[in-house]
Amino acid sequence: MQTITRDILLEKAASLLASGTVNRVLGWKKGEFIYDVTPAVFTNAEDMYRHFTFDCFCGANFSKYLIKETQKEGKVLVFLKPCDSYSFNQLLTEHRFDREKVYAVGIPCDGMMDASTVKALAPEGLTGAERNGDALILHTLYDGDVTVSYADHLPDRCKHCKSKKVVAYDEMLGENGEVTDAGRFDEVAALEAMTEDERFAFWQNELSRCIRCNACRDVCPACTCEKCVFDNPGSGVENKAISDRFEEKLFHVIRAFHVAGRCTDCGECSRVCPQNIPLHLLNRKFIYDIDRNYGDYMAGAEEGSRAPLVNYQIADPEAGEVVSGAGGDKV
Amino acid sequence: MQRIGVFVCWCGSNIAATVDVHAVAEAARHEPGVVFSTDYQYMCSQAGQNMIIEAVKEHHLTGLVICSCSPRMHEATFRKTAANAGINPYMVEIANIREQCSWVHKDMAAGTEKAIILAKAAIAKVHLNTALTPGESKVTKRALVIGGGIAGIQTALDIAEAGFPVDIVEKEPTIGGKMAQLDKTFPTLDCAACILTPKMVDAAQNENIRIISYAQVEEVGGFVGNFHVKIRKKARFVNEDVCTGCGLCTEKCPQKKVPNAFNLNMDNHRAIYIPFAQAVPKVAVIDPNYCTMLKTGKCGVCAKVCTAGAIDYKQQDQIIEEEYGAIVAATGYNPISVEKFDEFAYSQSKDVITSLEFERLTNAAGPTAGKLLRPSDGEHPHTIVFVQCVGSRCAANAAKGKEYCSKICCMYTAKHAMLVRDKYPDTDVYVFYIDVRTPGKNFDEFYRRAVEEYGVHYIKGMVGKITPENGKLKVQGSDLIADKQLHIDADLVVLAAAIEPDKSARPLATMLTASMDTNDFFTEAHPKLRPVESPTAGIFLSGTCQGPKDIPETVSQASAAAAKVIGLLSKNTLKGNPCVAQSDEWMCNGCSSCANVCPYGAITYENKEFRMPDRSTKVRRIAKVNPAVCQGCGACTVACPSGAMDLNGFKNNQIMAEVDAICK
Amino acid sequence: MQVNENNEFRPKIVAFCCNWCSYAGADLAGNNRLAYPADIKIIRVPCSCRVNPMFILRAFQRGADGVILCGCHPGDCHYTSGNYYTRRRMAMLFSMLNYLGIEKERTRVEWVSAAEGAKFAATMQDFAEKVKALGPNKRLEDLRCKQ
Repeated sequence: MQTITRDILLEKAASLLASGTVNRVLGWKKGEFIYDVTPAVFTNAEDMYRHFTFDCFCGANFSKYLIKETQKEGKVLVFLKPCDSYSFNQLLTEHRFDREKVYAVGIPCDGMMDASTVKALAPEGLTGAERNGDALILHTLYDGDVTVSYADHLPDRCKHCKSKKVVAYDEMLGENGEVTDAGRFDEVAALEAMTEDERFAFWQNELSRCIRCNACRDVCPACTCEKCVFDNPGSGVENKAISDRFEEKLFHVIRAFHVAGRCTDCGECSRVCPQNIPLHLLNRKFIYDIDRNYGDYMAGAEEGSRAPLVNYQIADPEAGEVVSGAGGDKV
Repeated sequence: MQRIGVFVCWCGSNIAATVDVHAVAEAARHEPGVVFSTDYQYMCSQAGQNMIIEAVKEHHLTGLVICSCSPRMHEATFRKTAANAGINPYMVEIANIREQCSWVHKDMAAGTEKAIILAKAAIAKVHLNTALTPGESKVTKRALVIGGGIAGIQTALDIAEAGFPVDIVEKEPTIGGKMAQLDKTFPTLDCAACILTPKMVDAAQNENIRIISYAQVEEVGGFVGNFHVKIRKKARFVNEDVCTGCGLCTEKCPQKKVPNAFNLNMDNHRAIYIPFAQAVPKVAVIDPNYCTMLKTGKCGVCAKVCTAGAIDYKQQDQIIEEEYGAIVAATGYNPISVEKFDEFAYSQSKDVITSLEFERLTNAAGPTAGKLLRPSDGEHPHTIVFVQCVGSRCAANAAKGKEYCSKICCMYTAKHAMLVRDKYPDTDVYVFYIDVRTPGKNFDEFYRRAVEEYGVHYIKGMVGKITPENGKLKVQGSDLIADKQLHIDADLVVLAAAIEPDKSARPLATMLTASMDTNDFFTEAHPKLRPVESPTAGIFLSGTCQGPKDIPETVSQASAAAAKVIGLLSKNTLKGNPCVAQSDEWMCNGCSSCANVCPYGAITYENKEFRMPDRSTKVRRIAKVNPAVCQGCGACTVACPSGAMDLNGFKNNQIMAEVDAICK
Repeated sequence: MQVNENNEFRPKIVAFCCNWCSYAGADLAGNNRLAYPADIKIIRVPCSCRVNPMFILRAFQRGADGVILCGCHPGDCHYTSGNYYTRRRMAMLFSMLNYLGIEKERTRVEWVSAAEGAKFAATMQDFAEKVKALGPNKRLEDLRCKQ
C-alpha cells in the first residue's frame, strides 16, 4: 500500500490549484504543539509549502467545514479520510452543501493519534512525536525518545475502526480499503451488561465532568443546524452554561438523539472533549440499537439513504420489545 | 400579556359532585394573566355562552379557558362562542375536568386538586396561543380521471352530469377497459358490451368530458384544488380529428401478423388497427413496432387507401398540460401471469387458458366468433375443468401468488360453467374450489342455479397437477368431501387467475404522493369511513385500483368517488385547518428530514437568498409547508433537528408550558 | 413528587395522548366511570408523533416521576404513519435513558384505541403503581425546579 505523505498531498493540491480546478484547499496546519494540528484553508501553493502539514495527528474531520467553504466562490479541494467521507455523504444526503463546488480527494487511513493519548504517554516534557511504520516515537525532554507500538495506542475510535473505505471521492490517492468492524459495540455491550445503578453511577461520573464548552457539538459533522436548539431562546432547552446535573444529561441525550441515525460514528466528539468524556458511547448506543432492531444501517455509507428515525417498517418491534442490552434484554 | 377568563362548568352534578368547582375557579383567579374567573351550572347552554360573551366584553378578555367536558365534545361550541364574542376562535383552551377528572376520581380532594392543575395547564397554554386563521385556496373546477374502464367512465359521467368538466386519461387507444373484453356479466347474464358501450358513447358525447386516449400521466404537481398535470399523448400516427373509423386501412394493411392484445394475443390484427368495433374514440392506430412504413420508410398502403387523409407517419407524442381541482385514480387491474404455476401447465399446453381468455373465446366478437373451440386444434371440448383461486389466497410466505381473495372469480367461474352447459349440454363441466364465496345480491342464487339447474360438478379441493398427454389434459385433483383423488381427462382447462393492480398504478401513486399497500392497491383515507378517498387530499379512488371488486361494486364506488369530487369542485375556495406546521426559515437547514416523514407530501424546498447580519448574502435551501395540504399531525416537528418546524395550536412552547404547569 | 398528609409518596405522571385514539379512550374511560389514579395528568397532542423527546425530558426535569405516551394502534394512525415514527423514536429514547441508568419502568409507550376505555384505565393504574413502587425520580431531577 502506498503511504500517503505530506509531499504527495502537496503535489496534488498544487497541481489542482495551478490548473484552476480548485480555488482553495482545505488542509491541516501545525499548531503550537505537535499534537495541535488545526484545519486550515489555503488559497495558494506558497502558503501550503510553508504551513501545510500531514502526519499522524491529522484526525480532524473536514466534512463539516464544507458547508461554509462551498458558500464561497469557486471550488474547494478537500482531503477525505474514510471517516470523513461518511460524513461527507451524510451532509450531501441532507443537502447541506453543493457537491459541484467540491473536489474530493480520498486518502486511506489506518488510524490517527490524538492529543490525549500522547499526553498520557509522556505527561511531561513532550517535544515531538512521529510515526515510523508500526512505531510511535515520542521525543521527550527528560526520558529521551520513547518508542511504543502505534497500533496499540490508537484512540478508541480507531482501534474499533468502522471502515477503511473512502465512500465518496472524485479521485483516490493510494489504495482504498474495506469496511471493517473491529468490535465497536463491545464497550456499549459491556455497559448494557451492568445494572441500572452501575450504569447510572458510570454516566454520572462521566457526564458530571462536562463543562458545556460545546466542543462536541461544534465539531460534530451531524450538528450543522443553522441555529442549535441549545442556543435558541425559543426552544425551551436553551442553556449556555452548566448549572445543574440535569442539564448535562439533557444536553447530551438531546444531542445524541438529534444525531441518531445521522451520526457516522466518526468519533470527533470524544476526540475534542477536553474532559475526556467518552461521548461516542452515547452515539454508538443509538447505532447499536438501530442495527439490532431496524437492520444494519451506516449513516453516510450511501448518499441519499433514508435515516432510520425518519423511516419505519410496519413490523418494527414495540418500544417494550426493543432489544437493548447484553443477552437480548428488553427495554 | 393576555387577559384570560376562566369558566368552570358544573355540568349539573357531573363535575360539581366530585370536583369543588368554586375552589377551581378561585384557584384559577390567582394565576398570572387571569382577570376573570367564574363557575356556572351549564357552560355550554345558551345562558352559559352568553355569560362568556358578556365577560369577554366587560373584561376585554383575549383568551378563554373553559374547564368542562372533553374538548372532543364542546371545543367547537366554545370556539364559536369566542368568535361570537369577537375574539379569535383559536384563543380558547379546554381543561377536561369531566371525563378525565370528575368521572374517574371519586375522592373530592384529589379530584379538585387535579382539576386545578388541569386548569393551570390550560391557562399556561392559552398564554401562548396566537390567533389563527384558516388559509384559503382556490379550487380549479375541472377533474382528472386516470383510467377509462367502467370505473373511470362512471366517475367521469357522474362528475360531468353535475356540470363540471372532466378529462379521462386512458393508456390504451380506446376506453372500455377490462369490461369491454367480457362476454356476459353475472348475475344477470346480460352482455357486457350491451351495457358498457352505450356508456362509452355517452362519455364521448358528453360536452363536459374530454377523452384523452393512448395517453399517460407524466407529472403531477400542486395540491388539492390546484393540481398541475402533464399528460403525454402518444403518437398514434393517425389524425384523430380526421379519421372516420371506416376501417378500410385495417383491411388493406399488408402487415397481418400483429398479435391482437384485445383478444389476449389469441389471434392477429394488422399493423394499423382499431382495437374493437365499438372502440371510443373509433379511430385507427398504427403499431410502430410492426408498421413497415415506420420501420423501413417503404409501404404507405394505409395512407393511399384513406380517403379522409388521416394517416400521418410523422406524428409526434404530444404533451398536454392542464390544471385540475381533483384527481381520480381508476387504474384498474390485470390477471396475474399464471406462467409461474408450473403445476397447471399453462405454458405447456394451448388448451390451458385463463378465465379472461375464456371470455374472449365465448365472445361473439372474439377470435372464434363466439364458438367455444379448443385453441390447439379448433375442436369442440367435451370435458372442461375450471380451477379456482389460481394465485389467490396463497400463504403469506409463498413464493408466488397473492395473499388476498380476488373476489370476482367464484362468480365468473359459475357464470362460465353455466354458459357452457347452456350452449353445449353435451359438455361435462368440473369446478375445483377452495370455498365458493357468493355474498352479493342474487349471487348465491346464481351459483346454486349453476349447480342445481345446469348440473355443473363442483368439487371442493384443489388441482394438484395437469399433464398434457395425447391431446388430452390429465387433471389430477383432490375431492376433499369424498376424500379421494380424482383423475379427469379434460379437453380444456380454465384457470381463474388472481387479479392484481395494473403496473402503472405504482409510479402513478408516487406522482400523486398517494399511499399504497404492499400489494400495490391504493390505500383509503380510512378503510371504513373514507373508502373512496386517498389520504392525500384531492386524490380519490375508483374501482379495482383500491381492491378487488366486481362490476356493481366498482360502479357504486365510482359514483361515490364522483360524489366526493363534486363536493370538492362545488366549492369556490377551500378553507384549511389552521393548526398546520410552519417552518422558521432562519432556522431551517433544508435537510429534508421533515419531508421524509410527511405522509401528505406537504413539504417542498426552495433555495432562498438571505441577507446575513454581516450584509453578505447567502443562498440556503429551506422547507416550505403547504398549509392546504398539511393535516397537522406534527411528525415533521420532531424529525426537524433544529426545531425550525413547529405546529400551530400545538407549539413546542405551548406543550412545554403544559408540562411545566402539570409538574409544578 | 408530592407527599400527602399520611406522608405517602404520590408520583407525578404525565400522559401524552393522541387526540384521535388514546385521548378518546380516556374520555371513554370517563364515560364508563373507570377509575384510575389522579396522579395521571393528560396532555392532548394531535398525534403521538407530535411528542418531542424534549417534552419528556422537560417533564422529568420539572419533577415528573414517570412519563407515558399513548397513541393509536400501529396501522390505525389517523395520519396513516405517525405512530410508526413514534414507535421508533420512543424505543430509541427510552433505551437511551435506560442506558444512562434511568429506571425503565418510568417510561412507557402504549397503544390505546378510542374504544379501549378499560384498557386506558388499566394501563394508567398499572403504570402509576409501577412508578409509585420506584419512588421519587432522583436520577433525572433538576434541583433548581424543586420547591
